[in-house]
Amino acid sequence: MTEMYLLRGGTIVDGTTDPRRADVFVRDGLIADVGDDIDAAGALVLDAEGCVVAPGLVDIQVHFREPGREDSETIETGSRAAALGGCTAVVCMPNTSPPLDDAAVVQSVLTRGREVGLCDVRAAGCITKGREGRELAPMGELYDAGVRIFTDDGDCVADATVMRRAFEYAGALAGAVVAQHAEDPSLVAGGHMHEGAWSARLGIPGRPSEAEIVIVARDLALARRTGGRYHVLHLSTAGAAELVRRAKAEGLAVTAECTPQHFTLTDACCEGYDPTFKMNPPLRGDEDRDAVRAALVDGTIDAIATDHAPHAPETKAVPFEEAPPGMLGVETAFAVAHTELVVSGALSLQELLARMSWRPAAIAGLRDSHGGPVAPGSPASLCVFDVGERWTVDPGGGASRSRNTPWAGRELLGKVRHTLLGGSATVIDGEATR
Amino acid sequence: MRHLLSVDDLGGRAGIERMLDLADSFLAVTRREIPKVPALLGKVVVSLFYEESTRTRLSFETAAKRLSADTMTFSVSTSSVKKGESLLDTVQTIEAMGIDAIVVRHSAAGAPHRITGWTRAAVVNAGDGRHEHPTQALLDAFTLRQHRQIEGTRIAIVGDIVHSRVARSNVKMFAALGADVTLVGPPTLMPESLEGWPVGVSHDLDEVLGEVDIVYLLRIQQERIASGCFPSLREYTARWGLTASRAARLKPDVLVMHPGPMNRGVEIAFDVAGAGISLVTQQVTNGVAVRMAVLFDILQEPKDGEAGDGAPDEGGKQDRPEEDGPKEDGHD
Repeated sequence: MTEMYLLRGGTIVDGTTDPRRADVFVRDGLIADVGDDIDAAGALVLDAEGCVVAPGLVDIQVHFREPGREDSETIETGSRAAALGGCTAVVCMPNTSPPLDDAAVVQSVLTRGREVGLCDVRAAGCITKGREGRELAPMGELYDAGVRIFTDDGDCVADATVMRRAFEYAGALAGAVVAQHAEDPSLVAGGHMHEGAWSARLGIPGRPSEAEIVIVARDLALARRTGGRYHVLHLSTAGAAELVRRAKAEGLAVTAECTPQHFTLTDACCEGYDPTFKMNPPLRGDEDRDAVRAALVDGTIDAIATDHAPHAPETKAVPFEEAPPGMLGVETAFAVAHTELVVSGALSLQELLARMSWRPAAIAGLRDSHGGPVAPGSPASLCVFDVGERWTVDPGGGASRSRNTPWAGRELLGKVRHTLLGGSATVIDGEATR
Repeated sequence: MRHLLSVDDLGGRAGIERMLDLADSFLAVTRREIPKVPALLGKVVVSLFYEESTRTRLSFETAAKRLSADTMTFSVSTSSVKKGESLLDTVQTIEAMGIDAIVVRHSAAGAPHRITGWTRAAVVNAGDGRHEHPTQALLDAFTLRQHRQIEGTRIAIVGDIVHSRVARSNVKMFAALGADVTLVGPPTLMPESLEGWPVGVSHDLDEVLGEVDIVYLLRIQQERIASGCFPSLREYTARWGLTASRAARLKPDVLVMHPGPMNRGVEIAFDVAGAGISLVTQQVTNGVAVRMAVLFDILQEPKDGEAGDGAPDEGGKQDRPEEDGPKEDGHD
């Protein structure tokens, strides 16, 4: 079955040249032609007038909860939400039940992702067996199954020797990266929000910024010694941003990501004790939020990832301290980032897409199939954004199985119109194709 | 006032003083031969305590009964909660029985805030995690006001501030009433940030004791040693306990308060707790009158023109036998 599409009237933004107006013809999974007056007889024409045509977004930190918590999200519902958010690839975190510390479980996730076919679903693998922080998971087997990012996300690898061994061992796996949920467990034990003026006032035990800083500092020292490749997940503090900035200047193989909520929201959101605003690492104070945004703008932080963390409604309908941490993100990430960073003038659209498409694709080893230039011969994994469309986030209106979005009621500028994955439409006119 | 979740809900100094005045008139009621008024006849008050606190629960239930409200005790330890029922479902089940107020004690900060979103009943916070305990602060202010003009008084709150809902409420309460508050204790027991707190801080009790009019001691818990907040009870007592020798150096008119339950021999010496200068037992007595005022205020919605019905009137106030009133300061 040959699928053909003509994206008509859009402006191409792919980081290779200045934005340029051109039609894009997609055939047999590839971009067949880019230009004007393309003869595309038989192709389905997708209107891209006034829109940006870009490589699909790559979200390197999502939790699709399968296997184990299919009441919160599944690979199908998560993939659909991601496609509606403009993603063509996602990396699922390994804190499932059972965890992704076994090649067979990884294979089942990848297989399910292919069956659903709405997004290129990749899997991160555990650093340690059972995410217990003690013995290394079979990293080589996981690597052979397709894993490139190793992490115990959700938990920090607290033991320095285990982290050192992970760096060393990953050195034998070309393109593998060790990623850390950087929160020192002893400093955050019992904590539920950022430690600061708000936690003191609200009486909610805190998780200090220093919990992130000490782990990033330690891991960078280990990366320096081992030559290991290091990635900081959801970086949230000024201190860690400065450490990464200096490590990059020094030439270490370090990358970092941040979430839209960490560069937009603060701990003041917790004022009403609404657990929708609870996540780990927590929403920080103004100073950290501003520093994260500055680090994203200056390139210290390479990528935006969502840490899309669905939780079934009943698990959040409890007191703040009893709720699980995590927020939805894949459907809103582009719109939030566009509204917060591009509309405000902090980043150009091209710079934003670098942080949401080709740079995260490179971190996750996906540049062969995602984030490439919009040029003939490239894989047709594309996204079309209407950057002028205003919309308001309705927590019940998303494709996710959960509703825990921190953006409920917020007016955003910029919406996904079409998404193509490997030459096949996953979203047309803002609706998932399946 | 729709709910009482925090001292902030009382409406600043004017609101606090109005509530204390109301408590004054209810104190007179509690001293009558039949200490009961029909103010809340037909209203239903439920106590929902996720943490055991027999004194606070009995204080609220006594207050409700003296206002002629019906009371229900939702016993968490023997109920559906043990079978895994969520707070949301518990609240909505209770609500379906037809209730007017929920008095809630919970180990999680903000649990009463959450409940306000799930019920039409008024919610009274009887202590939430380390957040607030507003009726304790009201009764402390009430007790203190029986002895002192609070405006301009220097108050030291001593001990485990960071884990204390009583401290959070009392800082707001005392500051709103014009007192000069100093927090005293080891740095490990101070809040992580005092931004916006109208207080001074000292780690030297001896330095502060000479300057204050009121010493408010907080309960010290053994388990703070395990979490590294201080090395031993002995060392705590030596540095921050109100020992007999420290008490002997206090100005003669200094008042000592404690929200209870006390650890005699730790934060307060045995004899100090029992001495005439201690207000500890008066604090308990006043608790009922203050909670009557809160329940009355919160359930006296102006509907059908019945607002104020059953409220103690001016005559009730005049009933207050002055000779039974609290002793003025100056005694030893």
